Formats: sequence, structure tokens, C-alpha cells
Amino acid sequence: MIVNEKIAIDHGLKKDEYKKICELLKRIPNITELGIFSAMWNEHCSYKSSRLHLKKLPTKGKQVIQGPGENAGVVDIGDNDAIVFKIESHNHPSFIEPYQGAATGVGGIMRDVFTMGARPIANLNSIHFGSTQHKKTKNLLRGVVHGIGGYGNCMGVPTIAGQTSFDSSYNGNILVNAMTLGLVKKDKIFYSKAAGLNKPVIYVGSKTGRDGIHGASMASASFDDKIEEKKPTVQVGDPFTEKLLLEACLELMAGDSIIAIQDMGAAGLTSSSIEMASKGNLGIEINLNKVPCRESKMTPYEIMLSESQERMLIVLENGKEEQAKKIFDKWNLDFAIIGKTTKSKKIELYFDNERVADIPVNTLVENSPMYDRKWKKAKLPKKNKINKDEINNLKIIEVLKKILANPNICSKEWIWQQYDHTVMGDTIQKPGGDSGVVRVHGTNKAVAASVDSSAVYCWAHPLTGGKQVVCESFRNLISVGAKPVAITNCLNFGSPENEENMGEFVECVQGIGEASSYLKFPVVSGNVSFYNQTKNQGIKPTPSIGGVGLLNDYTKMITMDFKEVDNIVFVIGKTEGHIDQSLFARVVLNEKNGPPPEINLFNEKNNGETLLKLMDNNLIKSAHDISLGGIITAVSKMCIKGNKGINLKKPKYLINEIEYFFSEDQGRYIIEINKKDQKKVLNILNKNAVHYDELGTINENVLFLNEKTKVTIDELKGFNTKWLKEYMSN
Amino acid sequence: MKSSVITFPGSNCDRDMDVALKKFGFRNKMVWHEEDELPKSDLVVLPGGFSYGDYLRCGSMASKSKIMKSVINFANSGGMVMGICNGFQILVETGLVPGALLRNKYLEFICKNVFVKINNKNNGYFKNIRNDVLELHIAHNEGNYFCTNDQLKEIEDNAQVAINYCDPEGKIEEPFNPNGSMKNIAGIFNKAKNVLGMMPHPERMIDTSLSGEDGSLFFKNLINNLK
Repeated sequence: MIVNEKIAIDHGLKKDEYKKICELLKRIPNITELGIFSAMWNEHCSYKSSRLHLKKLPTKGKQVIQGPGENAGVVDIGDNDAIVFKIESHNHPSFIEPYQGAATGVGGIMRDVFTMGARPIANLNSIHFGSTQHKKTKNLLRGVVHGIGGYGNCMGVPTIAGQTSFDSSYNGNILVNAMTLGLVKKDKIFYSKAAGLNKPVIYVGSKTGRDGIHGASMASASFDDKIEEKKPTVQVGDPFTEKLLLEACLELMAGDSIIAIQDMGAAGLTSSSIEMASKGNLGIEINLNKVPCRESKMTPYEIMLSESQERMLIVLENGKEEQAKKIFDKWNLDFAIIGKTTKSKKIELYFDNERVADIPVNTLVENSPMYDRKWKKAKLPKKNKINKDEINNLKIIEVLKKILANPNICSKEWIWQQYDHTVMGDTIQKPGGDSGVVRVHGTNKAVAASVDSSAVYCWAHPLTGGKQVVCESFRNLISVGAKPVAITNCLNFGSPENEENMGEFVECVQGIGEASSYLKFPVVSGNVSFYNQTKNQGIKPTPSIGGVGLLNDYTKMITMDFKEVDNIVFVIGKTEGHIDQSLFARVVLNEKNGPPPEINLFNEKNNGETLLKLMDNNLIKSAHDISLGGIITAVSKMCIKGNKGINLKKPKYLINEIEYFFSEDQGRYIIEINKKDQKKVLNILNKNAVHYDELGTINENVLFLNEKTKVTIDELKGFNTKWLKEYMSN
Repeated sequence: MKSSVITFPGSNCDRDMDVALKKFGFRNKMVWHEEDELPKSDLVVLPGGFSYGDYLRCGSMASKSKIMKSVINFANSGGMVMGICNGFQILVETGLVPGALLRNKYLEFICKNVFVKINNKNNGYFKNIRNDVLELHIAHNEGNYFCTNDQLKEIEDNAQVAINYCDPEGKIEEPFNPNGSMKNIAGIFNKAKNVLGMMPHPERMIDTSLSGEDGSLFFKNLINNLK
């Protein structure tokens, strides 16, 4: 087949891009070469629309060992231990085929982590679905949850936390973001940079099949009416093989034979070989006849573009081939020497004794397109004038019940009970809390992790929203007593070719950057997913932030359940009564306009760090950050979890109780303390200029404000836990 | 006391079991499924996980592994063999314990704490244990115990039911049955009571920071019984 412009366009390349390829090669590429270019230059692999902006994110810090650019980020947690972590999207495939899409998303991110030598110790996920009324939502939710569980459970890695939301903007494009944390010794981290000439290039893992061809290109385009035809681009996962691959890789890594290792993820053999060569400033020569294939008569084009799962590419030290092969034989995995490193700085592919591709590596990587896309700055929406008479007539308890049963607030037990969250025997905080926490095996340390996103705030004002998500992650870690260390981000947006969507991206990234820089909470890894749109309808901007924090002494971990009757409850941080964009505004007032709550980074940092101080002094019995649904929603969850009630005080300075209880001002936490510690606690809060209000006193089993405004905790629990179970069983 | 934990391809609770056994005083060895012979052991454990990816049928391929010949001989000569979760599924496939484990009634993987009532304390596993009810943890997709009516009669006549799902007070009723198991069965013995298969994971409940501590009771009691 002679390549021409039309074929290039069918591969998702633009006219100009095809022209540039011909110029760089000084000839017309053959079909295999065109396939390789299209795989490397698509949005998913090249970050061509996002690179310019991502450069501005703060990526350095005292504890950062490896920032973005490797398979995953790495942070130092002391004693020669390090945590490797990353979040990644698998949105497009999960909409087309929810089980396999979600499963291979989980498989892919775990591979990114163990490629670096780390044993995965925790999985998290952030999943977003369309309206609960939409006809596809239920099946997509069921399929995604089964897929995530199916893969993670089989691997024996606990799924310790997550986030699920429903919003009609995801009707045609669901989001599935998977995150993994791994534990590694600081001096045994593996990288993807090849080094040395004539070193053997080894293929290990599953055989290559015809599945997932052009998966990365599919994930770089919008959906249209023919979406069902895209099914063959979805990869099929085999967690059993990945478990074997994990054990075999870690066994090989215990020795000293690996120079570089890279998993075959998006764009398979193409991107893995090119990345290793590019980072090492070398060439790679591969004999495609040596690649283990699952199907007969696969062409070089298919072999290079397959996204079959559970495969790795390794550059070995000379003479270590036999020793390495023994390990992979033991685990019943394919092992093939398929090529070698060269000094040509080219990727050279041979098939049936013919050279089928000959491309300088730098044309694929450094010379890949980079766009400064046009974008529109968002205006801060005007505040709504809230009709005080309307809200004064509302009954607090009725509103509370409605909010607790809202799909975005209700208990997600139906989901996380399907994930093995206790395997490995170190999960000390299960899903359902502010963060999941796992011990660092055999030590007193523990690692906390959470994943957050606030699409509604980002949609209302991307800059504020971007900051808010980072702050929420910071708060979720602090709420369990962990010191925030670093974040990973998964940036889910519509089309970068649309100025408004691009503006949302640019400003969310700016917000993330500002907050993470101020909070010293650097970004160490991440992924961008554009084109989450169907026809011209994009999703709400949804950056997901995965935060990681450290507890030096796991016995100091805090949970959110109220502990003891008569203990006093305080709100930390000031309540201003910001109702716009709150769940209350949307669900009760049916009001969708207005600005999101403001972010004050000074208060955010000061409140959080002061709370950590209190925790370190063993003065905090339980804590929970205040987010969606405001104070009363947060306090209800603490009541439900602890099976205790609370006598609430009438708010002092905000006259309107509804505003006080349901507003979503930022930087706030609820804390429980023992009466005898009150003086000490207030002293520390005063000394650090942290605003606080007394919220009430814990009782046996009633949420009580006054005789007209009270409800038993059992009743609240019913509203909170029933909704999702009933929805999924109908 | 010496114990052996068998690792099959796809086992994933082998390390957890190793940690638990050592914590309570066992000298434990990990044994690869391709070995011919078991090391000298007072207890052999088939751990949880997804041996052979649960392909074909859970536990079916592992039951034909090389090491299993030696495990079966050990069991038939009276040796203590315990299968947890996938290990229980493997035991069922070898025929060392009767019955089958079907897919959970609601077709979903379940990971949560459950209560089990100890039905028979006249054996090496539960002899001398103080409690009648233990809080343990389950995490499985195929734990729905099933057998024929004739088998059930035989199992009950021989007091082979080890533990049943129940409420915190020990009431064995349908609402406390997480997976649809016949008669709320969570674990059974062979006729001689030296082989125990059970779905709950005691190894995940061995310190206060975890889901609970009733696993500690189980292991402490077990090693004392073996001494």
C-alpha cells in the first residue's frame, strides 16, 4: 500500500502533520512507519496540546525523587523507602466496553508502577457517570465496577479509596481514572532509559495479538454515532498473566541484570521501544519475526500497533539472558530476545529479512508537534441573589435527608464491597473515610491516599476549581493524620480544539499549579485525557487529583467516626455561607449559576498544618473535612459512622441556619475533642490564628438542634446507605 | 511447630498467611507448586488468591498441581491441611472435602467482615477456643457452598460443618448469609476433621489496627492445639 495524505488523515493525523512527516523523513513513509508516527503523534501519547501548559506545574520538592516523565512519580518516605505512584485515565475504552476498559485501565497503571521496581500496595479510582436517569448509566457503572474489581482483586492489591460521581455531562463520555501506589527501596528504582550499545532487547509477558490496535488514537478523538464500531480498539485484560508478570519482574529486579525497563501500554511496542531509545539517546533494532504472536500472519504494522496487555520490554546486560529466561520460564511467560540497542539513533525494524521501518528517533519524540492552542479565559460568574424567604421556609432535616440520599453524597458501599480492600494485610483505613491508609509493611509508617475532583466548581470557574481540587486532596490527607507529600493528576477535558474547553484546561492547570506550589504539594506524575466529548458536547472539566501523604506513626491515624458521648465538636475554619455551586443550591434550589466558593491558600495551609499539630499531640479523637453538602452533611456522616448523635448549637454569627449548615466554604474541618483537652486545643488554635466555632456535643443517637429539628441517626443512616443499593438492584 | 504454605501461580494471600503463621509462632516455609515433596510440616495451608486465574473453574487446575499429590497423601495420613478461600476451592476440587463452591448468589464479589458460629469444636482447629462466634473477613466471588442432599445428610451426620455465617449473637439465619451458601455454611471438614476448608480469612484479622482480632484467637488456639 502506497501511503498518501488521505490514509494519513484516516490515521488521525492532520494534513500539516503528514507534510511534516514527509519532510522529516525526506520521503513518503511506508504504512508501518505511518502507523508508528500516528501512534506517537496522537494527543494521548504526544501531549501536543497540553505540553506547553504542563511545564508550568511545580514538580520539585524535598521528598521528590522522580517527577513527571517516567512511568510514574517517586517520593521519599524515609528509611530508604520510596512510594511510586501515578493516576491514569481509561475513559474512552470504558465507555465502549466498560468491563475490559476499566479492567485494563487498572492493569495498565499497576504495570506503570511495578515497571519501576515497586510492588503495588494500593489501588484507587475516580469514576464518573452520566445522569442516574440516563439509560446507559446503570450498566456502565456495573461493568466498570466489575472490571476494576476483576483486575485488582485477582492481582491481590487492595483497592483502598475512590470517588464516584454522576452528572449529565458524562452521559456520552464516562470517566475511569485509576491510580496505584507501589513501595520500593530507594536504591532499587528502575527507569526506562536505555544505555550501552549492542545490549539485548527483551520482550516478556503475554503474546501479541490483534487487540487494541489504534487504542491510543481512538482515545485521541471525539465520539460520534459509530462508536460501537470502535470495540476492536479496546484491549482485553488478563490479570492472572499480569500477576505472574509482576512476580517475575520483581524476581528479575532483585538481581542486577536490568539496564532499562518499560511496560507496553498505549501504542504498545512502538512507544515502549521508542521511549527507551529516546531517553538513552540510542537507536534500537528489532526483528519483528522474533516477537511472540498470538495470531498467525500478523503484519509488522499490526505487531507495532497492537495494545495487547501484560507485556514488557527490557534492555538487559549482556550475558544475563539465560538467567533472566529461567525466571520467566518459571512463571510460564514468554521471553524473547527481539533486538539490540544501536548507535544509529534510529528505530529500525526487520521482518522476513526486509527492513520495514527506518525512522530517526528524534523525529518521533522531540520533533513531534506541539501546539499553542487558542483558549478563552473564563469570567468569574456573578453571585446569585438568594431569596432568603424561600430558604427560611425550608426544614433543615428534610433538606438533609434529601442531600444524604443524593447520588453524589450517598454511601458507595455497594461499589467498594466489590473491591478486595484488605488483601496484603496492611489496610488500616478502608474505603468510606477521607483517605485510604495502608501500613508500610513491617514498619510503623503508613501511607494515606485519596482521589478527588470537583467538576462543578471547575466548570463554574476553572481557576478556582483547579485550586480547590488540590486543597481538597490536602484536606483529605490531613483528616486522617497524614502529612501531605505529593500529588498525581489526571486531567479529563473536552476537545482542545474548542477554545472554551482549552481555556478550562489552561486555567484548571494554572489553579492546580498555584495551589500545589503554595501548599508545597508538588505534582510528580499524571496524564491528560482530551476529547472527552460526543459530537460537540464536552464533559465538565474534571481534573482528578490523587494525593499521597505519610504517617510516621500509624497508631496516630485518625478516622471520621465520632468516638465518645460528651466529647465536644468544633468546626475549624470560617463559615461565610457560600451557597452558589453548592450541592444545596443544585439539588434544593435548582440553581446552577454563580461562582464556586473562594479559595484562601493561606487559611488552607494554616488550618491544615495546625490540625496536624493537634493530631500529633493526640488531642483529636475524630476529624473529617467539610466538602459537598456543608457542615451538617459532614457531621451526619461522622454520626452515622460512629453510631452517635450530636446536640448542635445555634450558629452564633450567621443568622441564617440553612446558610450556616449547607454552605460549602473551603478550608474547613470538623473535629472531635475530649472536654479535658479543650483548653489546650483552643490555645493552639488561637496561637495559630485559626478560626473555630463550637458546633456541639456528642450524644447517644440523635442529631438534635431543637425540638422541631431533630432526627435519629438510624434514620439518617437509612437515607445515606439505601440509595445506591436500591438503584442498582432495580 | 512447622507449617508450609503452598504458592500456586496466582495465589495472592500466601504472604499474608506467612506473616500470620510466623506472628503466632509457626516456623513457616513457602512451597512452590512444582515441588514434588512437602517439607516436614505439622500444618499445610492452601492460601487464598486466584490460582491459575480461576480459569476453567476456581481451584480446578491447582488441584492437579504437582505438589498436590504430596498434600493429598499428607491429608490422607491424618496431617492437618487448611484451605482458605481459593484454598477451600482447591480442596473441594481434590475431593478432600465434599461439595462445591458456586458463584455468589448476587453475582458480585464481596469483601466485608462477617460473623461465623463455630459448629464443631471437637477437632484440632477449634478445640479449646473460648468463643463460639468469631468475627472474620471474607473476600470472594465464588463462596456459595453447595452439595447434594445425600452429601448434606452425610456431612451433618458426621458433624463436618465447621462454621456457619451468623449474626453477632450466633443466630444462623438467611439475612446473615452473604453469598447464598447452603445452610449458611462457611467452612467444612473432611470426615476425619484433619482437613478444613473455609471461605473467611483469619489471616486478615490479626491485629487491632486491621479489621479486627478474632483471627489472632484462631491462630493462637491452633498452635496450642498442635503442640
